[in-house]
Amino acid sequence: MSTENRKLINIATAGSVDDGKSTLIGRLLYDTKSLTTDKLEAIERNSKQKGFDYLDFSLATDGLVAEREQGITIDVAHIYFNTENTNYIIADTPGHVEYTRNMVTGASTSAAAIILIDARKGVIEQTYRHFFINNLLRVGRVIVAVNKMDLVDYDQQVYEEIKSDFEALIEKSNYTEDQVRFIPVSALHGDNIAGGSDNMDWYEGPSLLDYLEGLEIDESEDNSAARFPVQYVVRPKTDAHHDFRGFAGKLYGGKLAVGDEVTVLPSFTSSKVKSINFFDQEFEEAIPGSSITITLEDEVNVSRGDMLVKSNELPKSEKQLSATICQVNSRPLRTGAKYILQHGVNQVLAKVDSIEGLVHTDFSGSEGTDQLKLNDIGKVNFRLSKPIHFDPYQESKSNGSFILIDEGSFDTTSVGFIQ
Amino acid sequence: MKNTFVPNPKEAESIHIIREVAAQFEKPVLMFSGGKDSITLVRLAQKAFYPAKIPFPLLHVDTGHNFPETIEFRDRLVEELGLELIVANVQDSIDQGKVQEERGRYSSRNSLQTTTLLDAIEEHKFDACIGGARRDEEKARAKERVFSVRDDFGQWDEKNQRPELFDMLNGKIHHGQNVRAFPISNWTELDVWEYIKTENIKIPSIYFAHKRETFVRDGMIWTASEHVYREDHEEVEERMVRFRTVGDMTCTAAVLSEAETLEEVVDEIRASTISERGARIDDKRSEAAMENRKKVGYF
Repeated sequence: MSTENRKLINIATAGSVDDGKSTLIGRLLYDTKSLTTDKLEAIERNSKQKGFDYLDFSLATDGLVAEREQGITIDVAHIYFNTENTNYIIADTPGHVEYTRNMVTGASTSAAAIILIDARKGVIEQTYRHFFINNLLRVGRVIVAVNKMDLVDYDQQVYEEIKSDFEALIEKSNYTEDQVRFIPVSALHGDNIAGGSDNMDWYEGPSLLDYLEGLEIDESEDNSAARFPVQYVVRPKTDAHHDFRGFAGKLYGGKLAVGDEVTVLPSFTSSKVKSINFFDQEFEEAIPGSSITITLEDEVNVSRGDMLVKSNELPKSEKQLSATICQVNSRPLRTGAKYILQHGVNQVLAKVDSIEGLVHTDFSGSEGTDQLKLNDIGKVNFRLSKPIHFDPYQESKSNGSFILIDEGSFDTTSVGFIQ
Repeated sequence: MKNTFVPNPKEAESIHIIREVAAQFEKPVLMFSGGKDSITLVRLAQKAFYPAKIPFPLLHVDTGHNFPETIEFRDRLVEELGLELIVANVQDSIDQGKVQEERGRYSSRNSLQTTTLLDAIEEHKFDACIGGARRDEEKARAKERVFSVRDDFGQWDEKNQRPELFDMLNGKIHHGQNVRAFPISNWTELDVWEYIKTENIKIPSIYFAHKRETFVRDGMIWTASEHVYREDHEEVEERMVRFRTVGDMTCTAAVLSEAETLEEVVDEIRASTISERGARIDDKRSEAAMENRKKVGYF
């Protein structure tokens, strides 16, 4: 079977330190026979060196010296494995509070999240935070893996209590009950990871892997409006293609077809799609996620950062923005500060007009503040040097999000979700 | 029925990244080793800019100990596609006294490449180097960003990487810094092979089973060559082998194989229980071999 026929699922893990995220991923790799002999031997060797009487699967994912030294995950590792029907990309994200920004990084491209809870500790502050971030980023599915069941004698009562605590959280969020799945597991021993568990016959649901295999990834994005941000203008100027002027980019949202009437933003000039090209072939229509090249009927002025949209479904074009901001840099975001705002491939200057408040990640509301520090989430109003052409994040993840870049250090300081 | 284009998500993502490099940087370059990953990059770059030519040159850091088949292939590809090729020679760095040839049983020119690469970046003022590294190769690579900022010493600061959110890539850098860009970060070895098969991309002959003079050390099959250190008791024997990765002769082990076609190669990879880098002698030096090399400017 070729790669193209397999379904692709992006997953992010979340949880507190020592909840066993890396161990869970290592176990998934082991049970699906995705760990090659040499990697497995390395794990055996290193586990023995550390004096463990079990295999320390976290060694498969903690790739940095500093991580292995401290036994913690510092940065996102991307892990890949395949089953017969599915290609998986797992972002193994850190649990430490100070690395929450890396968790946001991992979750931004994920269709599903696994939140681990240590059965001995139950729902804690980090669980709130991680669930809140998944809610904010609109990650489609959440799997709550209640881990280390072996350390609580596989007790159903413990599991049920955690489940019921978590259900109180779901009520406060935008999630519906069927978007969240609870599974009691022991990552260390493999209970309910790739197979069932003899130790928990009271649990009747699927194992983690079975659940993932059956996931229908609903890319609701596909039903939103067509958005084509222009990345690059293709002008070969060769004898064979002397007059070719194509606009290369990736299509988000709806379909685009030859003959569609389009508006070029920001100039608001109109034209029609003349051709849809991919390499040496032409197509009549493209679906979301296509990195294609488009030519237009008319000689309109289009450059990088412009956006082609269908003329009957225009986005908002505004110089004022309200957005939820997650601060991912140690330099705080303050009122009056200026940034480069990158929206897709387009960049404009942005000034922080006002900070409405700091949002509590335990769903308990917000409080007034004049700055957002590292890992803070808050509501912020911006004024822009030029309008951007956006949709609310609720309608389009790709056209409703942006990053802020510090003008001095060029660091990516914040991520924003437009209201 | 309309003729609808249905994307391969990994291919689409890679093309998006390559276009961002071309658009955001003044002087990008594609690091080309002649191996399957960089050959795949060339095909992806062709697709990104078609019908225009690839708008950046290729850079080959040549250790001088490459397989001749790879060099022949490189030169043919460059000519066929009308690309510009820059070759930076490790031998020059040795002659200039900047690096010292290693000696002894495991001597290799692989780590010497870093100096030659950094010199080439400085000489040509490249601000972005596109590489074929994949996160599935090795656990330090699994930590790598798509746009990885390196300081003017080429150093990777693994604890202070820029977060990458959604598919927005921030390529803003200060003068003297450069970005290593990895368009196929999310591909696995099998993805690459399946892509080469589907696209029918030409690759060097050493990827297919052939007879070669080899010897065995530490359970690995080494190429018998004047460039590879060998002791008298290490017996040379002709074996039917192929290579899973193409690097310097001194650090790339062969595997026993009968696979003569792309189909057979893909089947063999699918059934293999050894990782690709399991045949890379340079990774066996220590647990953190790759991380340590990356910190000082290796790609």
